[in-house]
Amino acid sequence: MRKLFALLLMAGLLAVLLSSFLEVPDQGSIDNPSYNDVARRYLTGAEHDTKAPNVVTGIIIDYRGFDTLGETTVLFTAIAAVLTVLSVHSGD
Amino acid sequence: MDDLIVRTVTRIVVPFLQLYGIYVVLHGHLSPGGGFSGGAILGASMVLCTLAFGLEKTEKKFGHRLSALLESGAILAFVLIGCVGILAGHTFLTNQRAGFFMGEFGSLLSGGMIPLISIAIGIKVASTMVTLFHAIIKEK
Repeated sequence: MRKLFALLLMAGLLAVLLSSFLEVPDQGSIDNPSYNDVARRYLTGAEHDTKAPNVVTGIIIDYRGFDTLGETTVLFTAIAAVLTVLSVHSGD
Repeated sequence: MDDLIVRTVTRIVVPFLQLYGIYVVLHGHLSPGGGFSGGAILGASMVLCTLAFGLEKTEKKFGHRLSALLESGAILAFVLIGCVGILAGHTFLTNQRAGFFMGEFGSLLSGGMIPLISIAIGIKVASTMVTLFHAIIKEK
């Protein structure tokens, strides 16, 4: 009974994933939703908006600064977790 | 590891490594690089120090208190720089409209908050690398 339920669940998940995968646009197609105005806006506006010739830094720190704050927080959490786990042994 | 050649070469190379790391951090908005890569170079120079001179000598210079201060201070600086945007009446982490000094396109003192945040990220990454390395090799 349990196995049957798991099998049904898996079949349902497979159907959902396959049906959504069929809706994915062709790779490299010009009509892809990822080819929108954002990239062009960054490339043309970065000089005026950030005054930084390195557009990559302009994007990750200026346009997407909140994302970089998240990355830095990940570093902080990682080091806190590692120190917590490792100092259990060296403490006593 | 107690080797004369390694110690001598490290003593010569480490200042240049750290200078290069600081250069990459400070020129993050002008040339390839930035806080993460420059901080990794700075951290690698400290790791080289630990490998050549031993854990005790390096921990005297870069101890637990200093690393805790640098890690918390860097992320606090990041958040406080972001809060300047709120105080100026815009959103969190606003750059140009928040009144940061933008300077001339292509000069070192330009880009508003970008160099400040690069420095904070560089300090954070370097400190994280060194602390992680020390914590792992301390384990016996």
